[in-house]
This record gives sequence, structure tokens and C-alpha cells, in this order.
Amino acid sequence: MRYLTARKRAEGNGASGTGTAHHWYMQVSAVALAFMVPTLLYILGSAIGGTHEEVLATFARPFPALLTGMTLFVAVMHFNKGAQMMIEDYARGSMRRALIMLVISLSYGTIATGLFALAKIAL
Amino acid sequence: MVEFALPKNSKITTGKTWPKPSGSSNIRKFRIYRWTPDDGKNPRVDTYFLDMDTCGPMVLDALIKIKNEIDPTLSFRRSCREGICGSCAMNVDGINTLACIYGMDEIKGDVKIYPLPHMSVVRDLIPDLTHFYAQHASIMPWLETKTNSPAKEWKQTIEDRKKLDGLYECVMCACCSTSCPSYWWNSDRYLGPAALLHAYRWIIDSRDEATGERLDELEDPFKLYRCHTIMNCTNTCPKGLNPAEAISSIKKMMLERTL
Repeated sequence: MRYLTARKRAEGNGASGTGTAHHWYMQVSAVALAFMVPTLLYILGSAIGGTHEEVLATFARPFPALLTGMTLFVAVMHFNKGAQMMIEDYARGSMRRALIMLVISLSYGTIATGLFALAKIAL
Repeated sequence: MVEFALPKNSKITTGKTWPKPSGSSNIRKFRIYRWTPDDGKNPRVDTYFLDMDTCGPMVLDALIKIKNEIDPTLSFRRSCREGICGSCAMNVDGINTLACIYGMDEIKGDVKIYPLPHMSVVRDLIPDLTHFYAQHASIMPWLETKTNSPAKEWKQTIEDRKKLDGLYECVMCACCSTSCPSYWWNSDRYLGPAALLHAYRWIIDSRDEATGERLDELEDPFKLYRCHTIMNCTNTCPKGLNPAEAISSIKKMMLERTL
């Protein structure tokens, strides 16, 4: 018998003292993406219809290249943290850990692949 | 994984249909959730008919009439019958509310009454609120002071007192917490809108001297940050309070002391 009272069960191990940084990142990145994504879409839209060389030239310019890189990083990290929270909401035990590892790997893999492709175009 | 379907022994079956009262043209149908731990059977929904000409206007009036005149085994909590005690919280017509202040004229068609969702049921419309109350106790719902008590009373300016409006009125009926999907899936660790509203009520109290400690106790990805601003709590609160705003104010205070 654990002699666990209702109060002890509710308090658990207390508070971890974390979570605020995550909340702050999600708020800031959401606001940043509200500006970055439309700008990137405008640049992508203006490149549509051009030849392969013209599109490469567009993304070789500093501003579109930097914006694409930053949007990729911020958006995927936003997804990473949001998806982790969603997994924590619905999954339990080993399934939770496995899914979180999968999301983290997927996120960093996407960022690395995207930045590599961008570097190849821009540099 | 979270279970999205009811387990086999929780599947609701069709229950007994009680006879209609004779000699009345103003009859209303009530479909009420029934379950008792005594017979080992699945929950069922019983059907009752009431003569509305001899029944009060509120859902609680109908429940009391059913208990008194038709089926004395029907169990539900009630006390003040005026929205002060929070005892008669239940799910009426798909909305978590207090049966005593929810008028039947607000409901179209049959009156469907279930216990508060996603809680263990003690019997019929009575949910087990042990954990909910323990969570409330865990946020220290009392004045914490370090300075010596004044001779007469802890004084407060009118402006500071006004900050408690919209917070102190909470009657702990659990309508908000049991309407919150985050609370459904993570009530073991997430405090829920009701406990957090009460936490904010003491955080914002100008007489309290443990604001920092209270925020320390709440800073946790599950205790506080499981709130995703779904707003079901605010939509359903039978007292018209805004727990979502209180939670967002706590989050804001957390940020202010970090930045």
C-alpha cells in the first residue's frame, strides 16, 4: 500500500520550474512567422513562371536566401515544439518518447536538408 | 495512447422507459444517464415523462420531481438551488451547467442529462470530484502572509479589491474543468481552469505575500501550460466567469518575471 493521499496525488512531484521559455518561443515564433511566411510566399510567387536559372538566381540573392533559411528554421522549430506538445497531450509511456524522438529527428533533418539545399543554391 | 472510445463496460445501453403521466397535454421527455456500481451492469439512459404544468422551470426542478414522484433511485447532488453551492453541476443538453439555474425553456426537444464528462461516476449524475478538490487544495487557496497580522483586518484599496471581481465568484462546480479537452486527457497533472482561476485569485490579491512562491508552484509544462486557450471553460461557465483570461494572465506574469 502506498498510502497516497488525494492531495499528494494532485501535487505529484511538484512543479518542474520550466515551460515559460517554451511558451515564449511559441508566441514569438508565431508572430515572426505571421510576417515571414507572407513575404516568402510573395517571393516564391514572383519566381513562379521563370526559367530554372531565374529561380536559382532569385534564391541566390541575399534577402530571399536569408529569409528562406530563417523561415525554414523558425517554422520547423515551431512545428517541432507544437508537435511535441500535441504528442504529450495524447500519447503515453514509450509511445510518447518514441514519437517525440521521431518529431525531433524529422525537424532537425528537415532543417539540415533545407539549409544544405539553400547553401548549394546561394553560395 | 489516449482512449477515444468508451471501454466495453462503459458503453451506454437503452434503459427503462417510464409511463407518461395521464391527463396532460404539456408533457416533456427526459433522457437521463443512470449507472450504479451495485449491479455490475453497463450505464443506461432511462426515459421519463413529466407534466410541465406541474413542474418548476429549471432542470433541477424536473430532476427533483422525477425523484419525488417517479423514481426515488435517481441520484444527483443538489443543495442551494440558486447557483451558489455548485453541487448540481451536470451535462444538460450537451452543456456543462448548473441544473438549478438552467431553464428548460433554453432546451429544444428532449432534455438529455448526463454527469459531468470525463470524470469517474460515483452513481447516476454524481461524479467523483476527489482529485478536482485536491487540485484546488494544492494551489493554497488561502491568504499567505509573512508580516505580522494587523490588529483588526488586512486592508485593501477599492482598486485592488476590484481586481478580484470575476474571480472570487467561482463556486467550484467543475463545469469548466470537465469541459476542457486538456483536462480530459491530462487531469492527473494539469490543474485545469477552475484550480488555475482560483490560483490567479490569490496571486492577484494585494494582501497576499506569496505571489512569487505561488508562481513557482505553477511553473510547469503540465500544471499550467497544458492550457491551449481552447476557451471551452469560458463558454460553459454557468457563473459567466472567464477562466481562460485568468490562465492567460498567469502566463503573462510568468513571462514578466522571466524577461
